[in-house]
Amino acid sequence: MIRLERVSKRFPGGGEGLREVSLRAEAGELVFLTGHSGAGKSTLLKLIGLLERPTRGQVLVDGRNVGRLPDRQIPAYRRQVGMVFQDHKLLADRSVHDNVALPLVIAGVGAREIGRRVRAALDQVGLLARERHLPVTLSAGEQQRVGIARAIVNRPKVLIADEPTGNLDPELSLEIMLLFRRLNAVGVTMLIATHDLALIGSLGARQVALSGGRVITDSRGAP
Amino acid sequence: MNPARWLQRHLQTALGTLGTLSRQPVATGLTVLVIGMALALPAALHVLVQNARLAAGSFEDVRDFSAYLAQGTALVQAEALARELEARDEVGAVTLISAEDALEELRADPGIATLILALERNPLPHTLVIRPAEGLDNAAIQALADSLGPPVEMVRLDMDWLGRLAALFDVLRRAVLLAMLLLVSAVVIIIGNTIRLEIQNRRQDIEVMKLLGATDGFVRRPFLYLGLWYGLLGGLVALIVLLTGLAALGGPLDRLAALYGSGLRLTGLDGRTALGLLLCSLAAGTGGALLAVSRHLAAIQPRV
Ligand SMILES: Nc1ncnc2c1ncn2[C@@H]1O[C@H](COP(=O)(O)OP(=O)(O)OP(=O)(O)O)[C@@H](O)[C@H]1O
Ligand SMILES: [Mg+2]
Repeated sequence: MIRLERVSKRFPGGGEGLREVSLRAEAGELVFLTGHSGAGKSTLLKLIGLLERPTRGQVLVDGRNVGRLPDRQIPAYRRQVGMVFQDHKLLADRSVHDNVALPLVIAGVGAREIGRRVRAALDQVGLLARERHLPVTLSAGEQQRVGIARAIVNRPKVLIADEPTGNLDPELSLEIMLLFRRLNAVGVTMLIATHDLALIGSLGARQVALSGGRVITDSRGAP
Repeated sequence: MNPARWLQRHLQTALGTLGTLSRQPVATGLTVLVIGMALALPAALHVLVQNARLAAGSFEDVRDFSAYLAQGTALVQAEALARELEARDEVGAVTLISAEDALEELRADPGIATLILALERNPLPHTLVIRPAEGLDNAAIQALADSLGPPVEMVRLDMDWLGRLAALFDVLRRAVLLAMLLLVSAVVIIIGNTIRLEIQNRRQDIEVMKLLGATDGFVRRPFLYLGLWYGLLGGLVALIVLLTGLAALGGPLDRLAALYGSGLRLTGLDGRTALGLLLCSLAAGTGGALLAVSRHLAAIQPRV
Protein backbone atom coordinates (compact mmCIF):
# COMPACT_ATOMS: atom_id res chain seq x y z
CA MET A 1 0.00 0.00 0.00
CA ILE A 2 2.81 2.36 0.92
CA ARG A 3 6.24 1.95 -0.62
CA LEU A 4 9.31 4.15 -0.34
CA GLU A 5 12.21 3.41 -2.70
CA ARG A 6 15.53 4.98 -1.72
CA VAL A 7 13.83 8.23 -0.81
CA SER A 8 15.92 11.26 0.14
CA LYS A 9 14.65 14.63 1.21
CA ARG A 10 16.92 17.63 1.45
CA PHE A 11 15.27 20.90 2.49
CA PRO A 12 16.04 24.15 0.66
CA GLY A 13 17.84 25.43 3.77
CA GLY A 14 20.20 22.44 3.56
CA GLY A 15 18.57 20.32 6.27
CA GLU A 16 18.59 16.59 5.58
CA GLY A 17 15.16 15.14 6.30
CA LEU A 18 15.61 11.63 4.95
CA ARG A 19 18.53 9.75 3.39
CA GLU A 20 17.88 6.82 1.08
CA VAL A 21 14.96 5.44 3.02
CA SER A 22 13.27 2.32 1.72
CA LEU A 23 10.15 1.08 3.46
CA ARG A 24 7.06 -0.98 2.69
CA ALA A 25 3.75 -1.09 4.50
CA GLU A 26 1.21 -3.65 3.29
CA ALA A 27 -2.50 -2.91 3.04
CA GLY A 28 -4.06 -2.94 6.50
CA GLU A 29 -0.72 -2.78 8.31
CA LEU A 30 -0.10 -0.65 11.40
CA VAL A 31 3.41 0.83 11.52
CA PHE A 32 4.86 2.99 14.28
CA LEU A 33 7.67 5.34 13.33
CA THR A 34 10.01 6.04 16.21
CA GLY A 35 13.26 7.87 16.73
CA HIS A 36 14.69 10.86 18.54
CA SER A 37 13.86 14.40 17.68
CA GLY A 38 15.07 15.33 14.20
CA ALA A 39 15.23 11.71 13.05
CA GLY A 40 12.96 12.38 10.08
CA LYS A 41 9.60 10.98 11.25
CA SER A 42 7.61 14.07 10.32
CA THR A 43 9.45 14.38 7.04
CA LEU A 44 8.47 10.86 6.07
CA LEU A 45 4.81 11.48 6.86
CA LYS A 46 4.86 14.79 5.01
CA LEU A 47 6.06 13.02 1.89
CA ILE A 48 3.12 10.63 2.13
CA GLY A 49 0.65 13.45 2.77
CA LEU A 50 2.25 15.34 -0.10
CA LEU A 51 3.06 18.32 2.07
CA GLU A 52 6.59 17.94 0.76
CA ARG A 53 8.02 16.28 -2.32
CA PRO A 54 10.99 13.89 -2.26
CA THR A 55 14.31 15.15 -3.57
CA ARG A 56 15.24 11.66 -4.82
CA GLY A 57 13.57 8.28 -4.94
CA GLN A 58 9.95 7.23 -5.27
CA VAL A 59 7.04 7.45 -2.88
CA LEU A 60 4.30 5.06 -3.99
CA VAL A 61 0.88 5.06 -2.35
CA ASP A 62 -1.66 2.54 -3.57
CA GLY A 63 0.48 2.03 -6.67
CA ARG A 64 0.71 5.71 -7.52
CA ASN A 65 3.96 7.67 -7.60
CA VAL A 66 2.76 10.58 -5.49
CA GLY A 67 6.05 12.43 -5.62
CA ARG A 68 5.38 13.09 -9.29
CA LEU A 69 1.74 14.05 -8.91
CA PRO A 70 0.98 17.42 -10.59
CA ASP A 71 0.04 20.24 -8.20
CA ARG A 72 -3.57 20.38 -9.30
CA GLN A 73 -4.08 16.72 -8.38
CA ILE A 74 -2.85 17.22 -4.83
CA PRO A 75 -6.29 18.09 -3.36
CA ALA A 76 -7.90 14.97 -4.84
CA TYR A 77 -5.01 12.87 -3.51
CA ARG A 78 -5.20 14.33 -0.02
CA ARG A 79 -8.89 13.45 0.16
CA GLN A 80 -7.82 9.79 0.00
CA VAL A 81 -5.39 10.07 2.88
CA GLY A 82 -6.57 10.52 6.45
CA MET A 83 -4.36 12.81 8.54
CA VAL A 84 -4.22 13.23 12.30
CA PHE A 85 -2.15 16.01 13.83
CA GLN A 86 -0.57 16.54 17.20
CA ASP A 87 -2.62 19.70 17.73
CA HIS A 88 -5.66 18.05 16.04
CA LYS A 89 -6.35 21.19 13.93
CA LEU A 90 -10.07 21.39 14.54
CA LEU A 91 -11.96 24.51 13.45
CA ALA A 92 -12.81 26.30 16.68
CA ASP A 93 -16.03 27.94 15.48
CA ARG A 94 -17.67 24.78 14.17
CA SER A 95 -19.38 22.03 16.07
CA VAL A 96 -17.90 18.56 16.44
CA HIS A 97 -20.35 17.35 13.80
CA ASP A 98 -19.34 20.07 11.31
CA ASN A 99 -15.65 19.45 11.91
CA VAL A 100 -15.98 15.76 11.17
CA ALA A 101 -18.20 16.55 8.17
CA LEU A 102 -15.60 18.85 6.60
CA PRO A 103 -13.78 16.24 4.45
CA LEU A 104 -17.14 15.05 3.11
CA VAL A 105 -18.29 18.59 2.36
CA ILE A 106 -15.01 19.19 0.56
CA ALA A 107 -15.50 15.98 -1.41
CA GLY A 108 -19.00 17.08 -2.41
CA VAL A 109 -20.90 14.30 -0.65
CA GLY A 110 -24.67 14.79 -0.35
CA ALA A 111 -26.19 16.13 2.86
CA ARG A 112 -28.00 12.98 3.98
CA GLU A 113 -24.98 10.77 3.33
CA ILE A 114 -22.84 13.24 5.31
CA GLY A 115 -25.10 12.99 8.35
CA ARG A 116 -25.00 9.21 8.23
CA ARG A 117 -21.23 8.91 7.84
CA VAL A 118 -20.42 11.57 10.43
CA ARG A 119 -22.51 9.78 13.04
CA ALA A 120 -20.88 6.48 12.14
CA ALA A 121 -17.39 7.99 12.54
CA LEU A 122 -18.27 9.70 15.83
CA ASP A 123 -19.75 6.46 17.06
CA GLN A 124 -16.47 4.68 16.33
CA VAL A 125 -14.50 7.12 18.49
CA GLY A 126 -17.23 7.10 21.17
CA LEU A 127 -18.28 10.73 20.85
CA LEU A 128 -21.71 10.49 19.28
CA ALA A 129 -23.25 12.27 22.26
CA ARG A 130 -21.04 15.34 21.78
CA GLU A 131 -22.04 15.95 18.16
CA ARG A 132 -23.43 19.45 18.81
CA HIS A 133 -20.62 20.67 21.07
CA LEU A 134 -17.85 23.08 20.13
CA PRO A 135 -14.31 21.62 20.25
CA VAL A 136 -13.22 23.90 23.13
CA THR A 137 -15.81 22.33 25.41
CA LEU A 138 -14.11 18.94 24.97
CA SER A 139 -11.11 17.54 26.82
CA ALA A 140 -7.78 17.19 25.03
CA GLY A 141 -8.28 13.47 24.55
CA GLU A 142 -11.79 13.98 23.22
CA GLN A 143 -10.59 16.65 20.82
CA GLN A 144 -8.01 14.26 19.46
CA ARG A 145 -10.69 11.63 19.01
CA VAL A 146 -12.71 14.14 16.99
CA GLY A 147 -9.58 14.66 14.89
CA ILE A 148 -9.40 10.90 14.34
CA ALA A 149 -13.08 10.70 13.44
CA ARG A 150 -12.47 13.43 10.85
CA ALA A 151 -9.52 11.46 9.44
CA ILE A 152 -11.54 8.26 8.97
CA VAL A 153 -14.91 9.71 7.94
CA ASN A 154 -14.05 9.61 4.23
CA ARG A 155 -12.91 5.96 4.58
CA PRO A 156 -9.32 6.49 3.47
CA LYS A 157 -7.11 3.55 2.61
CA VAL A 158 -4.17 5.25 4.30
CA LEU A 159 -4.05 7.12 7.57
CA ILE A 160 -1.01 9.05 8.83
CA ALA A 161 -0.66 10.52 12.31
CA ASP A 162 2.23 12.69 13.53
CA GLU A 163 2.60 12.38 17.30
CA PRO A 164 -1.14 12.12 17.90
CA THR A 165 -0.57 11.64 21.62
CA GLY A 166 2.14 14.27 22.00
CA ASN A 167 -0.09 16.53 24.08
CA LEU A 168 -1.80 13.84 26.13
CA ASP A 169 -1.06 12.18 29.46
CA PRO A 170 -0.12 8.44 29.45
CA GLU A 171 -3.60 7.18 30.22
CA LEU A 172 -5.27 9.16 27.39
CA SER A 173 -2.40 8.27 25.10
CA LEU A 174 -3.02 4.59 25.57
CA GLU A 175 -6.71 5.12 24.93
CA ILE A 176 -5.92 6.87 21.63
CA MET A 177 -3.45 4.20 20.56
CA LEU A 178 -5.96 1.46 21.30
CA LEU A 179 -8.48 3.37 19.20
CA PHE A 180 -6.00 3.41 16.32
CA ARG A 181 -5.48 -0.30 16.65
CA ARG A 182 -9.21 -0.94 16.63
CA LEU A 183 -9.64 1.17 13.49
CA ASN A 184 -6.69 -0.59 11.91
CA ALA A 185 -8.53 -3.85 12.39
CA VAL A 186 -11.04 -2.75 9.75
CA GLY A 187 -8.30 -2.55 7.13
CA VAL A 188 -6.87 0.98 7.14
CA THR A 189 -3.11 1.15 6.54
CA MET A 190 -1.63 3.33 9.28
CA LEU A 191 1.65 5.11 9.79
CA ILE A 192 1.97 6.71 13.21
CA ALA A 193 4.98 8.71 14.38
CA THR A 194 5.62 8.76 18.11
CA HIS A 195 8.28 9.29 20.74
CA ASP A 196 6.58 7.12 23.24
CA LEU A 197 8.31 3.74 23.05
CA ALA A 198 6.91 2.55 26.36
CA LEU A 199 3.39 3.17 25.17
CA ILE A 200 3.58 1.28 21.90
CA GLY A 201 5.68 -1.53 23.28
CA SER A 202 2.58 -3.12 24.72
CA LEU A 203 0.62 -2.91 21.45
CA GLY A 204 2.61 -5.52 19.61
CA ALA A 205 2.64 -3.62 16.34
CA ARG A 206 5.48 -3.16 13.86
CA GLN A 207 8.03 -0.48 14.76
CA VAL A 208 10.39 1.31 12.41
CA ALA A 209 13.10 3.36 14.09
CA LEU A 210 14.68 6.30 12.26
CA SER A 211 17.87 8.14 13.09
CA GLY A 212 19.57 10.88 11.17
CA GLY A 213 17.15 10.38 8.28
CA ARG A 214 17.85 6.65 7.95
CA VAL A 215 15.97 3.52 9.00
CA ILE A 216 18.06 1.89 11.72
CA THR A 217 15.79 -0.90 12.92
CA ASP A 218 12.57 -2.45 11.69
CA SER A 219 10.83 -4.96 13.95
CA ARG A 220 9.51 -6.65 10.80
CA GLY A 221 13.01 -7.14 9.36
CA ALA A 222 14.37 -5.76 6.09
CA PRO A 223 11.89 -4.07 3.67
CA MET B 1 -20.58 16.23 -9.85
CA ASN B 2 -24.12 16.60 -11.22
CA PRO B 3 -25.65 20.05 -11.83
CA ALA B 4 -28.17 19.80 -9.00
CA ARG B 5 -25.40 18.98 -6.53
CA TRP B 6 -23.32 21.83 -7.93
CA LEU B 7 -26.19 24.27 -7.52
CA GLN B 8 -26.81 23.01 -4.02
CA ARG B 9 -23.17 23.63 -3.07
CA HIS B 10 -23.27 27.16 -4.39
CA LEU B 11 -26.55 27.87 -2.66
CA GLN B 12 -25.12 26.48 0.57
CA THR B 13 -22.04 28.68 0.28
CA ALA B 14 -24.12 31.73 -0.61
CA LEU B 15 -26.42 31.26 2.38
CA GLY B 16 -23.51 30.28 4.61
CA THR B 17 -21.60 33.48 3.88
CA LEU B 18 -24.78 35.50 4.37
CA GLY B 19 -24.99 33.83 7.78
CA THR B 20 -21.39 34.78 8.51
CA LEU B 21 -22.19 38.39 7.66
CA SER B 22 -25.31 38.46 9.81
CA ARG B 23 -23.34 37.16 12.79
CA GLN B 24 -21.26 40.35 12.79
CA PRO B 25 -23.96 42.94 12.08
CA VAL B 26 -21.99 46.04 13.13
CA ALA B 27 -18.93 45.37 10.97
CA THR B 28 -21.08 44.25 8.06
CA GLY B 29 -23.40 47.25 8.42
CA LEU B 30 -20.54 49.73 8.43
CA THR B 31 -18.87 48.22 5.39
CA VAL B 32 -22.15 48.06 3.50
CA LEU B 33 -22.96 51.68 4.41
CA VAL B 34 -19.61 52.93 3.18
CA ILE B 35 -20.03 51.02 -0.08
CA GLY B 36 -23.61 52.28 -0.47
CA MET B 37 -22.67 55.91 0.01
CA ALA B 38 -19.71 55.69 -2.32
CA LEU B 39 -22.02 54.28 -5.00
CA ALA B 40 -24.93 56.64 -4.32
CA LEU B 41 -22.85 59.70 -5.18
CA PRO B 42 -22.10 58.96 -8.84
CA ALA B 43 -25.59 57.54 -9.32
CA ALA B 44 -27.09 60.77 -7.95
CA LEU B 45 -24.90 62.83 -10.29
CA HIS B 46 -26.04 60.69 -13.18
CA VAL B 47 -29.70 61.23 -12.36
CA LEU B 48 -29.13 64.99 -11.97
CA VAL B 49 -27.45 65.33 -15.34
CA GLN B 50 -30.16 63.24 -16.93
CA ASN B 51 -32.79 65.57 -15.50
CA ALA B 52 -30.90 68.69 -16.47
CA ARG B 53 -30.75 67.46 -20.03
CA LEU B 54 -34.45 66.82 -20.10
CA ALA B 55 -35.03 70.27 -18.66
CA ALA B 56 -32.85 71.88 -21.33
CA GLY B 57 -34.69 69.92 -23.98
CA SER B 58 -38.00 71.23 -22.68
CA PHE B 59 -36.95 74.82 -23.48
CA GLU B 60 -37.59 74.09 -27.10
CA ASP B 61 -37.63 77.67 -28.26
CA VAL B 62 -33.90 77.75 -27.64
CA ARG B 63 -33.56 75.98 -30.96
CA ASP B 64 -36.04 78.18 -32.84
CA PHE B 65 -34.56 80.62 -35.27
CA SER B 66 -35.91 83.55 -37.32
CA ALA B 67 -35.67 84.08 -41.06
CA TYR B 68 -36.32 87.65 -42.22
CA LEU B 69 -37.70 88.07 -45.71
CA ALA B 70 -36.63 90.80 -48.08
CA GLN B 71 -38.51 94.08 -47.93
CA GLY B 72 -41.34 94.16 -50.44
CA THR B 73 -41.99 90.43 -50.42
CA ALA B 74 -45.72 89.91 -50.84
CA LEU B 75 -47.64 88.35 -47.96
CA VAL B 76 -48.93 85.52 -50.20
CA GLN B 77 -45.36 84.74 -51.19
CA ALA B 78 -44.37 84.61 -47.53
CA GLU B 79 -47.29 82.29 -46.77
CA ALA B 80 -46.33 80.01 -49.64
CA LEU B 81 -42.74 79.86 -48.42
CA ALA B 82 -43.93 79.02 -44.90
CA ARG B 83 -45.98 76.11 -46.23
CA GLU B 84 -43.13 74.93 -48.42
CA LEU B 85 -40.71 74.95 -45.49
CA GLU B 86 -43.13 73.23 -43.16
CA ALA B 87 -43.28 70.32 -45.61
CA ARG B 88 -39.58 69.68 -45.21
CA ASP B 89 -38.44 66.84 -42.95
CA GLU B 90 -35.95 68.80 -40.95
CA VAL B 91 -38.56 71.45 -40.09
CA GLY B 92 -40.94 70.91 -37.23
CA ALA B 93 -43.12 74.01 -37.46
CA VAL B 94 -43.10 77.44 -39.09
CA THR B 95 -44.82 80.49 -37.71
CA LEU B 96 -45.27 83.49 -39.98
CA ILE B 97 -45.20 86.91 -38.37
CA SER B 98 -46.32 89.33 -41.03
CA ALA B 99 -44.84 92.81 -41.18
CA GLU B 100 -48.24 94.24 -40.15
CA ASP B 101 -48.54 91.97 -37.14
CA ALA B 102 -45.04 92.85 -36.06
CA LEU B 103 -45.86 96.53 -36.34
CA GLU B 104 -49.08 96.05 -34.38
CA GLU B 105 -47.11 94.47 -31.64
CA LEU B 106 -44.70 97.35 -31.50
CA ARG B 107 -47.55 99.81 -31.42
CA ALA B 108 -48.76 98.24 -28.23
CA ASP B 109 -45.59 99.51 -26.60
CA PRO B 110 -46.34 103.14 -25.65
CA GLY B 111 -42.67 104.13 -25.76
CA ILE B 112 -42.26 103.08 -29.35
CA ALA B 113 -45.77 103.88 -30.52
CA THR B 114 -45.06 107.64 -31.03
CA LEU B 115 -41.93 106.76 -32.95
CA ILE B 116 -43.86 104.51 -35.27
CA LEU B 117 -46.47 107.18 -35.93
CA ALA B 118 -43.73 109.22 -37.54
CA LEU B 119 -42.96 106.51 -40.05
CA GLU B 120 -44.40 106.76 -43.52
CA ARG B 121 -44.27 103.08 -44.23
CA ASN B 122 -43.71 99.83 -42.37
CA PRO B 123 -39.93 99.26 -42.00
CA LEU B 124 -40.39 95.70 -40.70
CA PRO B 125 -39.99 92.60 -42.88
CA HIS B 126 -42.14 89.48 -42.80
CA THR B 127 -40.54 86.99 -40.42
CA LEU B 128 -40.64 83.19 -40.37
CA VAL B 129 -39.97 81.62 -36.98
CA ILE B 130 -38.70 78.15 -37.74
CA ARG B 131 -38.67 75.35 -35.21
CA PRO B 132 -36.32 72.57 -36.32
CA ALA B 133 -37.64 69.03 -36.28
CA GLU B 134 -37.31 66.99 -33.09
CA GLY B 135 -33.85 65.48 -32.64
CA LEU B 136 -32.08 67.62 -35.21
CA ASP B 137 -28.52 68.24 -34.05
CA ASN B 138 -26.74 71.57 -34.10
CA ALA B 139 -24.89 70.97 -37.35
CA ALA B 140 -28.14 70.01 -39.11
CA ILE B 141 -29.86 73.12 -37.77
CA GLN B 142 -27.00 75.20 -39.11
CA ALA B 143 -27.29 73.46 -42.49
CA LEU B 144 -31.03 74.08 -42.55
CA ALA B 145 -30.48 77.77 -41.87
CA ASP B 146 -27.81 77.98 -44.56
CA SER B 147 -30.07 76.31 -47.13
CA LEU B 148 -32.58 79.15 -47.05
CA GLY B 149 -32.25 81.32 -50.18
CA PRO B 150 -34.22 84.36 -51.37
CA PRO B 151 -36.66 85.74 -50.53
CA VAL B 152 -35.03 85.03 -47.15
CA GLU B 153 -32.64 87.88 -46.65
CA MET B 154 -31.23 87.21 -43.22
CA VAL B 155 -31.23 84.40 -40.69
CA ARG B 156 -30.70 84.92 -36.98
CA LEU B 157 -29.52 81.73 -35.42
CA ASP B 158 -28.05 81.65 -31.93
CA MET B 159 -25.62 78.85 -32.63
CA ASP B 160 -23.24 79.90 -29.87
CA TRP B 161 -25.84 79.23 -27.27
CA LEU B 162 -26.69 75.82 -28.64
CA GLY B 163 -23.03 74.92 -28.92
CA ARG B 164 -22.34 76.00 -25.39
CA LEU B 165 -25.21 73.97 -24.04
CA ALA B 166 -24.05 70.85 -25.86
CA ALA B 167 -20.46 71.36 -24.68
CA LEU B 168 -21.65 71.85 -21.12
CA PHE B 169 -23.49 68.56 -21.16
CA ASP B 170 -20.47 66.86 -22.66
CA VAL B 171 -18.34 68.09 -19.79
CA LEU B 172 -20.95 67.10 -17.24
CA ARG B 173 -21.31 63.65 -18.70
CA ARG B 174 -17.59 63.11 -18.58
CA ALA B 175 -17.36 64.42 -15.04
CA VAL B 176 -20.02 61.96 -13.96
CA LEU B 177 -18.22 59.15 -15.74
CA LEU B 178 -14.99 60.08 -14.01
CA ALA B 179 -16.65 60.28 -10.61
CA MET B 180 -18.23 56.91 -11.28
CA LEU B 181 -14.89 55.39 -12.22
CA LEU B 182 -13.17 56.79 -9.14
CA LEU B 183 -15.85 55.77 -6.71
CA VAL B 184 -16.38 52.32 -8.16
CA SER B 185 -12.61 51.80 -7.88
CA ALA B 186 -12.88 52.93 -4.28
CA VAL B 187 -15.57 50.31 -3.70
CA VAL B 188 -13.41 47.63 -5.32
CA ILE B 189 -10.58 48.59 -2.98
CA ILE B 190 -12.81 48.70 0.11
CA ILE B 191 -14.25 45.26 -0.61
CA GLY B 192 -10.87 43.86 -1.62
CA ASN B 193 -9.39 45.01 1.66
CA THR B 194 -12.31 43.67 3.70
CA ILE B 195 -11.91 40.28 2.05
CA ARG B 196 -8.14 40.40 2.57
CA LEU B 197 -8.68 40.86 6.31
CA GLU B 198 -11.22 38.06 6.33
CA ILE B 199 -8.70 35.76 4.59
CA GLN B 200 -6.11 36.64 7.20
CA ASN B 201 -8.58 35.93 10.02
CA ARG B 202 -9.40 32.56 8.54
CA ARG B 203 -5.85 31.63 7.70
CA GLN B 204 -5.78 28.60 9.97
CA ASP B 205 -9.11 27.35 8.68
CA ILE B 206 -7.87 27.70 5.13
CA GLU B 207 -4.75 25.69 5.97
CA VAL B 208 -6.81 22.93 7.53
CA MET B 209 -9.13 22.79 4.55
CA LYS B 210 -6.20 22.49 2.18
CA LEU B 211 -4.81 19.69 4.35
CA LEU B 212 -8.11 17.90 4.03
CA GLY B 213 -7.93 18.12 0.27
CA ALA B 214 -9.92 21.25 -0.50
CA THR B 215 -9.32 22.59 -3.99
CA ASP B 216 -8.46 26.24 -4.53
CA GLY B 217 -11.96 26.67 -5.93
CA PHE B 218 -13.54 25.33 -2.76
CA VAL B 219 -11.46 27.60 -0.55
CA ARG B 220 -12.06 30.59 -2.81
CA ARG B 221 -15.82 30.26 -3.14
CA PRO B 222 -17.00 31.62 0.23
CA PHE B 223 -14.79 34.69 -0.16
CA LEU B 224 -16.18 35.42 -3.60
CA TYR B 225 -19.71 35.14 -2.26
CA LEU B 226 -18.73 37.45 0.56
CA GLY B 227 -17.69 40.07 -2.01
CA LEU B 228 -20.85 39.46 -3.98
CA TRP B 229 -23.02 40.05 -0.90
CA TYR B 230 -21.11 43.18 0.06
CA GLY B 231 -21.63 44.49 -3.46
CA LEU B 232 -25.31 43.61 -3.58
CA LEU B 233 -26.10 44.98 -0.11
CA GLY B 234 -24.04 48.12 -0.82
CA GLY B 235 -25.93 48.60 -4.08
CA LEU B 236 -29.25 48.30 -2.26
CA VAL B 237 -28.14 50.86 0.31
CA ALA B 238 -27.13 53.17 -2.55
CA LEU B 239 -30.58 52.74 -4.11
CA ILE B 240 -32.30 53.57 -0.83
CA VAL B 241 -30.11 56.64 -0.32
CA LEU B 242 -30.83 57.75 -3.86
CA LEU B 243 -34.60 57.25 -3.67
CA THR B 244 -34.75 59.05 -0.34
CA GLY B 245 -32.76 61.95 -1.76
CA LEU B 246 -34.96 62.19 -4.84
CA ALA B 247 -38.12 62.08 -2.76
CA ALA B 248 -36.76 64.91 -0.63
CA LEU B 249 -35.93 66.95 -3.76
CA GLY B 250 -39.20 66.19 -5.55
CA GLY B 251 -41.46 68.70 -3.73
CA PRO B 252 -39.20 71.78 -3.98
CA LEU B 253 -38.42 70.99 -7.60
CA ASP B 254 -42.11 70.85 -8.50
CA ARG B 255 -42.53 74.29 -6.97
CA LEU B 256 -39.54 75.59 -8.88
CA ALA B 257 -40.94 74.18 -12.10
CA ALA B 258 -44.32 75.79 -11.41
CA LEU B 259 -42.63 79.18 -10.92
CA TYR B 260 -41.02 78.90 -14.33
CA GLY B 261 -44.28 77.77 -15.83
CA SER B 262 -42.61 74.77 -17.37
CA GLY B 263 -43.74 71.18 -17.29
CA LEU B 264 -40.39 70.31 -15.78
CA ARG B 265 -40.54 67.27 -13.51
CA LEU B 266 -37.92 65.22 -11.74
CA THR B 267 -37.92 61.97 -13.65
CA GLY B 268 -36.49 60.13 -10.68
CA LEU B 269 -34.67 56.84 -11.01
CA ASP B 270 -35.51 54.88 -14.11
CA GLY B 271 -35.31 51.09 -14.11
CA ARG B 272 -32.23 51.07 -16.27
CA THR B 273 -30.24 53.28 -13.94
CA ALA B 274 -31.33 51.25 -10.92
CA LEU B 275 -30.38 47.98 -12.60
CA GLY B 276 -27.09 49.48 -13.79
CA LEU B 277 -26.31 50.59 -10.25
CA LEU B 278 -26.97 47.12 -8.83
CA LEU B 279 -24.98 45.38 -11.55
CA CYS B 280 -22.13 47.83 -11.05
CA SER B 281 -22.03 47.19 -7.31
CA LEU B 282 -22.25 43.44 -7.82
CA ALA B 283 -19.36 43.56 -10.26
CA ALA B 284 -17.33 45.79 -7.95
CA GLY B 285 -17.96 43.42 -5.04
CA THR B 286 -17.08 40.27 -6.89
CA GLY B 287 -14.15 42.00 -8.61
CA GLY B 288 -12.74 43.24 -5.31
CA ALA B 289 -13.07 39.77 -3.81
CA LEU B 290 -11.46 38.18 -6.86
CA LEU B 291 -8.56 40.57 -6.57
CA ALA B 292 -8.03 39.85 -2.89
CA VAL B 293 -8.44 36.12 -3.32
CA SER B 294 -6.03 35.86 -6.23
CA ARG B 295 -3.40 37.86 -4.35
CA HIS B 296 -3.66 36.38 -0.88
CA LEU B 297 -5.08 32.88 -1.04
CA ALA B 298 -2.37 31.17 -3.05
CA ALA B 299 0.22 32.24 -0.46
CA ILE B 300 -1.47 30.17 2.21
CA GLN B 301 -0.08 26.66 2.13
CA PRO B 302 -0.57 24.18 4.94
CA ARG B 303 2.32 23.77 7.32
CA VAL B 304 2.35 21.02 9.87
N1 LIG C 1 11.20 22.83 6.54
C1 LIG C 1 12.44 22.42 6.87
N2 LIG C 1 13.50 23.12 6.44
C2 LIG C 1 14.75 22.71 6.74
N3 LIG C 1 15.01 21.63 7.47
C3 LIG C 1 13.99 20.88 7.93
C4 LIG C 1 12.64 21.26 7.65
N4 LIG C 1 11.83 20.34 8.21
C5 LIG C 1 12.64 19.44 8.82
N5 LIG C 1 13.92 19.77 8.65
C6 LIG C 1 15.08 19.00 9.14
O1 LIG C 1 14.92 17.67 8.79
C7 LIG C 1 15.30 16.82 9.85
C8 LIG C 1 14.19 15.87 10.20
O2 LIG C 1 13.10 16.63 10.72
P1 LIG C 1 11.73 15.97 11.16
O3 LIG C 1 10.79 17.08 11.45
O4 LIG C 1 11.32 15.01 10.13
O5 LIG C 1 12.12 15.23 12.48
P2 LIG C 1 11.18 14.44 13.50
O6 LIG C 1 11.67 13.07 13.55
O7 LIG C 1 9.76 14.66 13.14
O8 LIG C 1 11.51 15.19 14.86
P3 LIG C 1 10.52 15.53 16.07
O9 LIG C 1 10.45 14.28 16.87
O10 LIG C 1 11.23 16.60 16.82
O11 LIG C 1 9.22 15.95 15.51
C9 LIG C 1 15.71 17.72 10.99
O12 LIG C 1 17.11 17.79 11.02
C10 LIG C 1 15.13 19.05 10.66
O13 LIG C 1 15.98 20.07 11.10
MG1 LIG D 1 8.10 15.62 14.00
